Amino acid sequence: MTNHYIDLKNSDCILIMGSNAAENHPIAFKWILRAKDRGAKIIHVDPRFTRTSARCDYHVPLRSGTDIAFLGGMIKHIIDNNLIQEEYVKYYTNASQIVSPDYDFQDGLFSGYDAEKRKYAKNTWTTEKDAAGIPVRDYTLEDPRCVYQMLKKHYKRYTLEKVSSITGVSKNNLLKVYNEYGATGAKDKAGTECYALGWTHHTVGSQNIRAMAIIQLLLGNMGICGGGINALRGEPNVQGSTDHAILYNILPGYLKMPSGPVDTLSKYLEKYTSKSTDPQSANWYQNYPKYAVSFLKAVWGAKATPENEFGYSWLPKLDDGKDYSIMHATDQMYAGKMKGFFAYGSNIAVSSPNSTKVRKGLEKLKWMVNVNIFDNETSSFWKGPGVDPKTIDTEVFLLPAAASMEKEGSQSNSGRWVQWRYKAANPPGDALSDGDITMRIMDTVRELYQKEGGAFPEQILNLKWDYKDALGNFDVAKVSKMINGHYNQDLTVITDPIKGTTEENKKGETVPSFAKLTADGSTSCGNWLMSGSFDQKGVNKMMNRGKEDPTGLGLYPDWSFAWPLNRRIIYNRASCDLEGKPYNPKMKLLEWTGEKWVGDVPDGPWPPMANTEKGKYPFIMKADGVGSLFGPGMAEGPFPEHYEPLEGPLATNPMSAQRINPAVKVFTSDLDKVANADQKFPYVCTTYSCTEHWCSGFTRWQPWLLEAMPEAYVEISDKLATQLGLKNGERVRVSSVRGEVTCVAMVTKRMTPFEVEGKVVHQVGMPCNYGWLNPVKNDDDSVNHLTPAVGCPNTFCPEYKAFMVNVSKA
Amino acid sequence: MKQELIKLIDLSRCTACRGCQIACKQWNELPARQTENFGSYQNPPDLQWNTWTMIRFQEREDQNGILQWLFRKDGCMHCSDAACIKVCPTEALYHTEFGSVSMHEHKCIGCKACIPACPFGVPKFNAATNKISKCDLCYTRLQANQLPACVLSCPTGALTIGEKDVMLKKAYKRVKELGGDASVYGDKFLDGTHVVYVLPEKPEVYDNLPTDPKMPLTIIVWKDVLKPAGLLVAGSVVAGAFLHYITHGPKTPEEETTSEGGKLS
Repeated sequence: MTNHYIDLKNSDCILIMGSNAAENHPIAFKWILRAKDRGAKIIHVDPRFTRTSARCDYHVPLRSGTDIAFLGGMIKHIIDNNLIQEEYVKYYTNASQIVSPDYDFQDGLFSGYDAEKRKYAKNTWTTEKDAAGIPVRDYTLEDPRCVYQMLKKHYKRYTLEKVSSITGVSKNNLLKVYNEYGATGAKDKAGTECYALGWTHHTVGSQNIRAMAIIQLLLGNMGICGGGINALRGEPNVQGSTDHAILYNILPGYLKMPSGPVDTLSKYLEKYTSKSTDPQSANWYQNYPKYAVSFLKAVWGAKATPENEFGYSWLPKLDDGKDYSIMHATDQMYAGKMKGFFAYGSNIAVSSPNSTKVRKGLEKLKWMVNVNIFDNETSSFWKGPGVDPKTIDTEVFLLPAAASMEKEGSQSNSGRWVQWRYKAANPPGDALSDGDITMRIMDTVRELYQKEGGAFPEQILNLKWDYKDALGNFDVAKVSKMINGHYNQDLTVITDPIKGTTEENKKGETVPSFAKLTADGSTSCGNWLMSGSFDQKGVNKMMNRGKEDPTGLGLYPDWSFAWPLNRRIIYNRASCDLEGKPYNPKMKLLEWTGEKWVGDVPDGPWPPMANTEKGKYPFIMKADGVGSLFGPGMAEGPFPEHYEPLEGPLATNPMSAQRINPAVKVFTSDLDKVANADQKFPYVCTTYSCTEHWCSGFTRWQPWLLEAMPEAYVEISDKLATQLGLKNGERVRVSSVRGEVTCVAMVTKRMTPFEVEGKVVHQVGMPCNYGWLNPVKNDDDSVNHLTPAVGCPNTFCPEYKAFMVNVSKA
Repeated sequence: MKQELIKLIDLSRCTACRGCQIACKQWNELPARQTENFGSYQNPPDLQWNTWTMIRFQEREDQNGILQWLFRKDGCMHCSDAACIKVCPTEALYHTEFGSVSMHEHKCIGCKACIPACPFGVPKFNAATNKISKCDLCYTRLQANQLPACVLSCPTGALTIGEKDVMLKKAYKRVKELGGDASVYGDKFLDGTHVVYVLPEKPEVYDNLPTDPKMPLTIIVWKDVLKPAGLLVAGSVVAGAFLHYITHGPKTPEEETTSEGGKLS
């Protein structure tokens, strides 16, 4: 979240799209209801009418996978009706910058496309700079090639008729949402968006969010109270695990994972250190080397020296142009190219797309380790449906893990609040915390390398590896402190060269802020974003539980620690005008007094940008200091464009000649079948989690929860049920070209057919929480037997939310 | 009486997360039973001896054809003029100092008289223990100045509990805010219940919710006419049997639940 949960109450209009907030974030939903109590409009746009819809002002059904068409229409509506926050758009976004004459967009393709590699060269996706390297700007926004005009041109095609025909949303409903949300372009109004997996689980997942980012910038809704783009993240510490690099393509704190050709630290720093010659741009990522070197120092400690480039060569490198998502991993498994696999707290036999292929892949492993609090379909794959255990050679280890309440540590909520969580009980039996399990495995690996040597022992043996307490157990406090960072030597820093003042830092003291990190090896820091979670004396701010709210806006600065630097709303300088006065005087998030900012922790100390000498632009993480309407960093183009899901009901894309996202990679094994616009699979299917169960379903072992939601079901409209002669509660078979599952038909008015391109398209929906192991009745199995293994080219988040199925009586 | 309390259920804030349903089972150590999905999110399908509270899910189109999904937390209303107490021959059911209806389990003889007596279908019979089983508004928690488990679990503020007058004021204020067909349900019958709803729609819209709940006539006859005489001449077991005959006649309680037909999981 750019904002935080409590801040949702400050909004005037909450668009819940791509999320089932009430069901999947039931606790946080109270803040949405608080906003409603204040008179805010709450809108739910979703393929299904859910428990969220029931508590919103109204629900707008939309065909799954057409969010960009919907949002593209909103962009056009905002521009055509001049609903923008004009000052904000001119000065706080790149609207005024001039797009390179080489940039082009024709019939669904941006310039630079390589059809063979299904990849774009992005060198034409640039804006012009003057001789000094500063972006050329036209603040009148009239230049036909300025970003604003190019944006207008791009979305000109997203007419109400077109959008309605693609999405299946009536024109009346489109206008209702567009006008209501567009009204938050007023300076003293705030609109916010809550999304979750309903946006990310698409082949255009990242661009769904980008499209909304454009809307929020046009309406001046970023950086303000009650605004922002708010990813409602999952309960299993999804925010924390992402911050700490659970994904293959990032290092902790979202530093970049290096690839093979970037073989020296200097090349790496050159590649990823952001550059700007604009004196008004803070260009915060110019500090990249400080974070990268401090990270290397945290990993290899004293062994990381300037002479060996702080151990950079020991960092694993990605093969250039190769991807390593879980879909890639299971593809490799299925191809027989993977020997061993750690399924740490995961159940990929249920949760990964195309489960049939995943399970076949598991059969080809030599060994697999599953670390979990229960047995699951992954650790028991060898005795699963249709599997003869005698034919399986995979050796499976199931290590019993401590549950979240049986261990101490930090947990981050979606609003970036990192809260210390204490241990409530000891784990049962032999169960250990993940930290202890990892520590013991690595201890043994290190012993083996020490004794026997190996192909590349340095990276293992040189590790800084002193995270145990006196009893030899994993010491989470030591790890947390290393993540925060500390001084490796006594360090005197000159704070004011004129007055001659200095700051003395002692070796071993915790670093109180990432602004203190250095690129010369004098500091270590495991994750720069977490720097400041301890103060310099080693006090853990994640344990803070102060309930004071000095601004009255619900920031609660003394409750836990929020990264970065306890800032509760990021980009907050954009809540004020060029002079530093709040756009909405009733919600003073921040105000420039003439000397300093008061309110939230500001995005940097500099004066507002009207001060042309010392002032800085508000979006300090961007090299040009402004929000990106034109976003050249994406895999599939600088403006989001509607493409159909990999499997959909239409043979062509009504918007262009490119049916699917041109940058999507498609797997080619014999089990990666696709059936688009195929009459054998005529219904759109979407999948989701219900309130009562957790992800791939370890709650299925909890009798009360199983009693409440006992078995798999398919939600199906009364109209389709009539057509198919199905009765409510009857058992049915749902099939896709990849597999089939059985479940109960839940016939409901909450599902509605859509009129798409002149024909009726039915949609059904299934929960993803079930598997064959438990409950055992009826042999129901994972819905992911149906889903295709394909994902967003930026993140490889799989397309669980839109694919094609058939439904028949079981 | 110590302090009369009201638990307010504001259905306009309920998201049907069912935290209350599960928390109730956890605190009161009520086991789960194997259920089936019968084409609804609602489960168990009804109140049972091991399910003292549950959310009812109901789809409906309003007069303008707008789809609504109504959620109602069902459970004991804790009536002031409580039919179950009136009808109970052994004084197993009784009013606590908070106005809630609790039960001395050792006094319950399993006569089931309270089952048909209750206008809300709340008391359920547990064949394994031969006793009645129902919500006691977490009496021991109230005694310890703790919130009932359901109220504690509610994330949205749909469930709150407090002093009678304060809660009624709150309920009427909320109804005014909601406007339309919203109403307060509970204060106008059976001398006022200690569970009160804010209903966003008219009472008759909701499944299994009586619009005009009344003390059954047979009970009035029994309680005020026959029981005083009857108890003089008979032990309580006999009286119970007699009562059972009077209140049921040839009819058996419809909602008798037993532990057969569903195994404990």
